[in-house]
Amino acid sequence: MTEIPEHLLKRAQEARDKAAAASGADAPSEAAGDSRIPQHLLDRTRAARAGGAVAVADKADAVVATAPASGGLPLAAGPGGHTQRLLTVVKSGSIQEVKTLPVDKVHTWPHLLAVEFVASLACTAFLFVFSWVVNAPLLQAANFNQTPNPSKAPWYFLGLQELLTMFHPMIAGVTLPGIGLIALILAAYLDKNPSNKPEDRKFMTSLMTVHLMFWAVLVIIGSFFRGPGFNFTFPWRDGIFFEF
Amino acid sequence: MAKVIDSPRPTLKERAAKLGQATLGSQAWTSIFRPGSIFRKGYTDSPRNRSYVIMNSVLYHLHPVKVKRHAVKVSYTLCLGGLSFFLFILLTVTGIFLMFFYRPTATNAWEDIQTLQTSVTFGLMVRNMHRWGAHLMVLTVFLHMSRVFYHGAYKPPREFNWVIGVVLLTLTLLLSFTGYLLPWDQLALWAVTVGTNMMGYSPVIGSQVRFVLLGGVEIGSETLLRWYVLHVLLFPFIIVIFMAVHFWRVRKDGGISGPL
Repeated sequence: MTEIPEHLLKRAQEARDKAAAASGADAPSEAAGDSRIPQHLLDRTRAARAGGAVAVADKADAVVATAPASGGLPLAAGPGGHTQRLLTVVKSGSIQEVKTLPVDKVHTWPHLLAVEFVASLACTAFLFVFSWVVNAPLLQAANFNQTPNPSKAPWYFLGLQELLTMFHPMIAGVTLPGIGLIALILAAYLDKNPSNKPEDRKFMTSLMTVHLMFWAVLVIIGSFFRGPGFNFTFPWRDGIFFEF
Repeated sequence: MAKVIDSPRPTLKERAAKLGQATLGSQAWTSIFRPGSIFRKGYTDSPRNRSYVIMNSVLYHLHPVKVKRHAVKVSYTLCLGGLSFFLFILLTVTGIFLMFFYRPTATNAWEDIQTLQTSVTFGLMVRNMHRWGAHLMVLTVFLHMSRVFYHGAYKPPREFNWVIGVVLLTLTLLLSFTGYLLPWDQLALWAVTVGTNMMGYSPVIGSQVRFVLLGGVEIGSETLLRWYVLHVLLFPFIIVIFMAVHFWRVRKDGGISGPL
């Protein structure tokens, strides 16, 4: 027989005292025998010992069969009329290591795959219709002797080209984008704030927004507000000098 | 003696149904679609089969059997990562089509595109889809990065996947930029001239890098061939490897981040 740990005994004692205090003189049998095992169970054990080994199932039948005979409660019934007793509640953490909390999950099929399928269809449809309506540009064949004015880089590099008008090429074309890219990579390691809640990361959110807006504004200026000679223009005054 | 026909001739519909059942039950069919497949005979919607659809198919390389409930919400991811991948596939398909009609030489390139647009069935359409799809992919990759940042999804244990993501963004830009030259029109030539001039300003190795990329000191036929190979072979090869690691890490790092 395993020994009952000290703290469990203590806890049981406390619970017993509490129950006794609550119900007052409701537990005379316990007070008498200094045991929480009801008298009828003790009787049953004694009877079983006398009658030798009896299969549990047989005994359960016997209990049911003899229930009406004893009048009132069935023989095996506990204080509340229950036929089972709760011996102890073993929390899962005490006998096995719990590594992760249970997560609310759904099946990938159909819940995720259906969404993905619809998204890909919508994307294809959009691209199809857009390609139907708008033709990709194809200007005159490449001619080394005729430089178009203005000459513009692809739109995602127009922010850099815009910077070229303000700084030395090494700063605008290499240093600044290089720093931007390295900062982007290091962001994951420099940001030590463990929370991902927007209200906890106002600084990082603002920093990123400023960073993104900086490039977005530069790209928009480079795309739409630069005309011949890469000079500043207004698209509504001089037209748009931009090809996708 | 006349034979008594005790059953009416089967109708066409019944024959078709029988043939369908026979096909679904055939060895060839069941060898293609593994147990649990929705295309198998007698598929029923049960939790067990829902698991099998993923577990017993090639999709298991991409998705786990179950995902977090909030991961399915379109409002969380806006499908941006998935759409970037989907656009990559779309660009591969349309790109292969374009390769049939294109020769990367200074004398042929522009005319090939012109011919493609005017004489090839669906040529203009496919080229349009390739070009707009490429711009859209740059946009979705960029938006995906912003989404991930604003959700704080780069935080441990996902730091390294964020780094891979930045590499993927760079590769996407490089793919788009190398493709920009291929039509060999005025737009392509001078946009790339501007772009590569910028590259030449890199300290120490700038002019060497520019020389290697252009295949000379100026843009010419060699540049076109180099960028063509970079565009259709080298960069797609590299980006596929990085994408594989990216998707694998998403699962290894515990699925997508959140909920907030």
